[in-house]
Amino acid sequence: MTVAARHRELGLTDDEYDRIVSLLGRDPNGVELAMFSLMWSEHCGYKHSRRLLETLPTDGPRVVMGPGENAGAVDVGGGLACAFKVESHNHPSAVEPFQGAATGVGGILRDVFAVGARPIAILDSLRFGEPAASARSRYLLERAVAGIGHYGNSIGVATVGGEIYFEPAYEQNCLVNAMCLGLIETKRLIRSAAAGVGNVVLLFGARTGRDGIGGASVLASAELGEADAAKRPSVQIGDPFEEKKLLECSLELLDRGLLVALQDLGAAGLTSSSSEMAAKGGVGLDLDVEKVPLREAGMEPFEIMISESQERMLCVVEPERVAAVVAVCERWEVNATAVGVVTDSGRLRVLAGDDVAADVPVEALVDACPAYDLEPAAPGVPVYPAPPATVAEDADARASLLALLGSANLASRRWAFEQYDWLVGSRTVRRPEQADAAVLALDGPEPRRALAVSIDGNGRRVACDPYRGAVEAVVECAANLACTGAEPLGLTNCLNFGNPEKPHIAWQLTRAVAGLGDACRALGVPVVGGNVSLYNEGGEGPIYPTPVVGMVGELPDAARAGRLGFARAGDAVALIAAASWAPSPAGSELAKLRGRAPAGELPAADLGELRVVHAAVRQAVRSGALRSAHDVAEGGLAVAIAECCIAAGLGAELDLGAVAPALDPEAVLFGEGPGGFVVSGPREAFAAFGAAATILGTAGGDELRLGGRHGLLAVPVEELAREHADGLARLLH
Amino acid sequence: MKFGVVRFPGSCDDVDALHAARRVGEAVILWHRDRDLQGVDAVIVPGGFSYGDYLRVGAIARFAPLMEEIDRFARHGGLVLGICNGFQVLCEAGLLPGALLPNVSLRFVCRQVDLDVVNAGTPWTRACRPGDRLSIPAKHTTGRYWAPEPVLDELEANGQVVLRYATGNGFNGSVRDIAGVSNAAGNVVGLMPHPEHAVDPLTGSVDGLKLFQSAAALVPA
Repeated sequence: MTVAARHRELGLTDDEYDRIVSLLGRDPNGVELAMFSLMWSEHCGYKHSRRLLETLPTDGPRVVMGPGENAGAVDVGGGLACAFKVESHNHPSAVEPFQGAATGVGGILRDVFAVGARPIAILDSLRFGEPAASARSRYLLERAVAGIGHYGNSIGVATVGGEIYFEPAYEQNCLVNAMCLGLIETKRLIRSAAAGVGNVVLLFGARTGRDGIGGASVLASAELGEADAAKRPSVQIGDPFEEKKLLECSLELLDRGLLVALQDLGAAGLTSSSSEMAAKGGVGLDLDVEKVPLREAGMEPFEIMISESQERMLCVVEPERVAAVVAVCERWEVNATAVGVVTDSGRLRVLAGDDVAADVPVEALVDACPAYDLEPAAPGVPVYPAPPATVAEDADARASLLALLGSANLASRRWAFEQYDWLVGSRTVRRPEQADAAVLALDGPEPRRALAVSIDGNGRRVACDPYRGAVEAVVECAANLACTGAEPLGLTNCLNFGNPEKPHIAWQLTRAVAGLGDACRALGVPVVGGNVSLYNEGGEGPIYPTPVVGMVGELPDAARAGRLGFARAGDAVALIAAASWAPSPAGSELAKLRGRAPAGELPAADLGELRVVHAAVRQAVRSGALRSAHDVAEGGLAVAIAECCIAAGLGAELDLGAVAPALDPEAVLFGEGPGGFVVSGPREAFAAFGAAATILGTAGGDELRLGGRHGLLAVPVEELAREHADGLARLLH
Repeated sequence: MKFGVVRFPGSCDDVDALHAARRVGEAVILWHRDRDLQGVDAVIVPGGFSYGDYLRVGAIARFAPLMEEIDRFARHGGLVLGICNGFQVLCEAGLLPGALLPNVSLRFVCRQVDLDVVNAGTPWTRACRPGDRLSIPAKHTTGRYWAPEPVLDELEANGQVVLRYATGNGFNGSVRDIAGVSNAAGNVVGLMPHPEHAVDPLTGSVDGLKLFQSAAALVPA
């Protein structure tokens, strides 16, 4: 095949090819074409999303590193910064879930330690098809969870939280998003800009092999199809032991001040890492692929340049420090090889011994990638079919509540998080299912300060209304943090969508990004980084539009971090609700179980009011006035109350008669919409909330008794707990 | 009291063990390639995945240069505690009886468990009383304790079964619910649960501190 015809196979359009020719002043050779195809892929070049992403707010008083670096970072006080980022590994996981998920974790860890931060926690956001209906979805879930555990547990970074949802729209295209947080002294943050003509470029870590060739373009930037089994060679293989050594080695190199710049090798391997380092530093690089240590003989220069072999880092070192760097690497039994030099040419030259295999302007690779305007159009017909009904329309409140607690989306996630080490590092103050967000103590004198972190995104609600659904994802994270007493500092997001070249997907993406931006501005939470995963479609259509939000906040006293379960018999229980709280059946879990398509009007969020309510909840938790706080989310108020009982093993006698009298009684129980919290504590603690507080009754006993306009719903806590505990395991065998 | 915490490539709980030991005494890291115990009074072989544990767990770590010194130290009565991977390594090295097999579920499980103190006479459990119940997290894939029946009978008779999972708490299928054992002399103890992760009320439990306090009490500060 001629080079000119190969560009289409590599995912480049004819126009893009012509643009490359004009930038180079000639036809690219095969190596150059392969490099352009990756750097100009959606995954690396963000060509369909860049203009939208530029609309997100990225400034804030606590931001110390915004989007564009390996990870963003916020100031967490005491001279420390928290670096964090979320990234997708969806298509690799759909093809090979264990390695796909494992290397997703490996990749996000490297992003965090590439800025010099020591990773302290991992969270995951997973989406699969219905486990009851699909053996493939059960397989993907089992293997993805095992892969996350394998990597995170083996490297010794705690997996402290996450979320798993099951919807038919993810049947063919599962989602695996991984988030990592790390800590670093702010003044030691390292950037990735190459600098200093004559400085040495060192590649360290694993050898380079043929795994992951073209992962970014072949897998990540095209729809999934029937030939996916043949794409398995495009999935990388993870080695957490190599990464553990690489992590310790990198941090020691930085600690000793031996590096000028550091960058991990992720999508597009050496091509993207070297060209991005050069672009940020405004310099050129000469790399010699013959010096790159290989796993197998006979690799072509283009293969070496685009291999996505895992556990590799690239650094820039002053010549007189190369020996010291190599010595540290040897101590950790990590390969380190000088593969190039920094030049003033502004060009990335790939040498193969004496031959020049590629010679392109860095700017052409990195900055000249085209950016496309989307052509959004609201869909004229429903995009998603109705799921099969599993709960009858006339089921009573008791049966509906139990069905919800045992449903795939709401059942206990213990089956998954028990496979993760959530405690290594000795920081985990609130472990999974103890609170709405994970809480991690910071080192320092008593009272110890802490970080709280939550990850969330309900695709079904974004499918109903991309704008309001995306707003809810941000609000939900902020509400989760408020329940632990934490104030948001910043967020990272992963935009998982279908093919943006289709107008209705472009519309979903455009509206969702608008919602994210408005929510971030209104709540005062800047975006410090993120990732975009487009083309998430299988033969049966696109996934639900799924913007996943990961938010980090801070608390002044780890010992006072909130819990979700009722704490003491005799405590009063109240609903704290924004005046705008208007839960509705649209897009709810109950509507799904009843077989309704994801459609209908979501309640609007009054973001200004929610910010005030979040602050009030946060303050009451921090001061110790409240003894429990839980955000009302999926499944509505009845499920939230049941979760408070299950977490504590304690019942409650409550009356919802005075709650939202204008709403349908069923909407009060099971409707969904932002702005509600179930809290408990001494009665006087609720006075601070004024009219937002409605006292519901008292915690205690071994039964949940829930009165109201719906009648009386009474269930032993043991029965609630059993449904909740067994729900997922029951679906998995 | 000076503790030394071993660091193999792939050790994960070494820093946590170091901090736990520092609550009751001094503590330093011992590098796997050195043959120097730095004059420590007690050695802790921590959890993790030494050398990746891609072969049988602990099978490579036992050949580390430092392990030769630990072997000599242990055979001369030095205090050694193996936690999780450290327990596996000490079994591989022949310093402790028995072996650790994959959990019956074949899965990694991370869970807070209750342990019953069977022998409160070892240097690592002297701060406990027999029958004390300790709440300590466990997390492992390969923690099913096994030894031949006659060996088990002998261990029980000698008081070498130090810790047992409380009824209903043993998730890994360990024979006779054994969670921790000692060598015949009692100076070397290994257990699968992680006492170093139970030393701070903030993270859930302080019961694990008793093991460190037991050892620290033996050597005047």
